[in-house]
Amino acid sequence: MNYYAVRTIYLFEMARAWRTLFQSIVSPVLSTSLYFVVFGAAIGSRIAEIEGVSYGAFIVPGLIMLSLLTQSIANASFGIYFPKFTGTIYELLSAPVSYVEILLGYVGAAATKSIILGFLILATAGLFVPLQIAHVYWMLLFLVLTSVTFSLFGFILGIWADGFEKLQIVPLLIITPLTFLGGSFYSIDMLPPFWQTVTLFNPVLYLISGFRWSFYEIADVHLGVSLGVAVMFLCACLVAVWWIFKTGYRLKS
Amino acid sequence: MQPAISIKNLSKVYATGFEALKRINLDIDHGEIFALLGPNGAGKTTLISIICGIVTPTDGSVTVDGHDIISDYRAARAMIGLVPQELTTDSFETVWATVSFSRGLFGRPSNPDYIEKVLKSLSLWDKKDDKIMTLSGGMKRRVLIAKALSHEPQILFLDEPTAGVDVELRKAMWNVVRSLRDTGVTIILTTHYIEEAEEMADRVGVISHGEIILVEEKVELMRKLGKKQLALQLHEPLDRIPIALSAYHLELSEDGNELIYTYDTQSERTGITGLLSDLSQAGVKFKDLNTTQSSLEDIFVSLVRSAE
Ligand SMILES: Nc1ncnc2c1ncn2[C@@H]1O[C@H](COP(=O)(O)OP(=O)(O)OP(=O)(O)O)[C@@H](O)[C@H]1O
Ligand SMILES: [Mg+2]
Repeated sequence: MNYYAVRTIYLFEMARAWRTLFQSIVSPVLSTSLYFVVFGAAIGSRIAEIEGVSYGAFIVPGLIMLSLLTQSIANASFGIYFPKFTGTIYELLSAPVSYVEILLGYVGAAATKSIILGFLILATAGLFVPLQIAHVYWMLLFLVLTSVTFSLFGFILGIWADGFEKLQIVPLLIITPLTFLGGSFYSIDMLPPFWQTVTLFNPVLYLISGFRWSFYEIADVHLGVSLGVAVMFLCACLVAVWWIFKTGYRLKS
Repeated sequence: MQPAISIKNLSKVYATGFEALKRINLDIDHGEIFALLGPNGAGKTTLISIICGIVTPTDGSVTVDGHDIISDYRAARAMIGLVPQELTTDSFETVWATVSFSRGLFGRPSNPDYIEKVLKSLSLWDKKDDKIMTLSGGMKRRVLIAKALSHEPQILFLDEPTAGVDVELRKAMWNVVRSLRDTGVTIILTTHYIEEAEEMADRVGVISHGEIILVEEKVELMRKLGKKQLALQLHEPLDRIPIALSAYHLELSEDGNELIYTYDTQSERTGITGLLSDLSQAGVKFKDLNTTQSSLEDIFVSLVRSAE
């Protein structure tokens, strides 16, 4: 194990976040806070409680998930896309590092940033709405699992992308809609039966549901199913990454 | 002892179907400076990129000090430092950060004293806290060299290190390269400049259209090429070479108007002074003279032509 290399990549990526503090931490926290202000304090007070939870509090897990997904993807995809774009990737490819080490460095750093962000948003939410976390360990598990999985997904995206627009399109056109439609702002019981069924095909629903359960013990799907879907998605990403490295896809000619 | 680098039947066909390397065989010894000469598109960068792990070979094998570049890539790559042809740098990083990053990436514990030494040797010390994007092209090139040296490699690849570098800096780089070689580092450099190969290399390889068409000790090459001819246009034609001048192995032109003397520029004495005084003693007068030399450049051009 090239321990120094993992540490070097990890610290390098963390330093990049620090340098771009505003973009990577401050702005997601600020924009999520706006949701709390609008939906929690302003409109939320006029919306009925959902299964005994005030609307403002109800949307917190979904909004944290939204940030986790988009930021994990943005961070990890940019982290690997940028060296590909500038050409500095030559150094990574010529270094005595294994694929596992590269992954640990890049994905580890991206996931760490997301986890920190998750906590910051959680703390901010606490300022606006009454929070309660019923199952802290489950909450942490979903937080970490989601951050790691979607950082991995972002890493894959960064390798696949051959232009900056592709980097932005996926989070914007796929992840954000899936999150909004995955029950960030509502329980799927509120939907007509047909749309309930459609929503069940949205993988993000399972993440939000499990995460929300760890807060308020209310869930759209069974906790085990949520966990299963999360783990399955992680495995799928791992397989994709394994294939990328094995074939050198878009990395080596 | 294993060669520093051993290349066996190496071929590369790019995804486009282009055959960039055709069964290359080449051994590079420890501690030598090897210059790889070749025109644009000959395959120099491809060859280097394969050895360093950036491009996957289609066929054949490469070992670095006995370590296969694929099955034993860790050991092989840890020995190698690469200065790429393109100026690819992390614009937003400082010189110090990017050089330290390289060291860590290659699995070395941090060693600020060593990095300091490298930066000083490349006259980058006063730039260490500057962002790379604020540096000039020549300085960026030096940053790339510093990155390659940061992990104390035993083998250094320099892919056109002096492209776009002014004469003064070029000389400075040559000095750096020489002092590296003195510490035992094996150096492989590619260049378009014959003078660079002449100046630096112990051995020269010429590559064209993906094939190595010549590998020769530079001294040997220079001995072959280092011959100069002195042609003397005579006042009066001679019908034969005077006996007194037989020691000089002169040639007489067909019409007897020209005497040709071939000498070795590399030797201590060229014998020209002796020849001239012996000529006047023998009463041979000449009205004009000129010298010609076949340079490495000539040979290079004719080699590449004939390979085409
Ligand atoms: N990724 C690639 N896909 C297809 N062809 C390529 C690729 N990279 C290089 N080539 C081709 O392979 C040949 C050798 O290229 P290479 O870069 O090795 O040449 P070179 O000797 O380094 O040239 P130069 O002196 O210009 O740097 C060229 O004809 C080039 O067009
Ligand atoms: Mg080249």
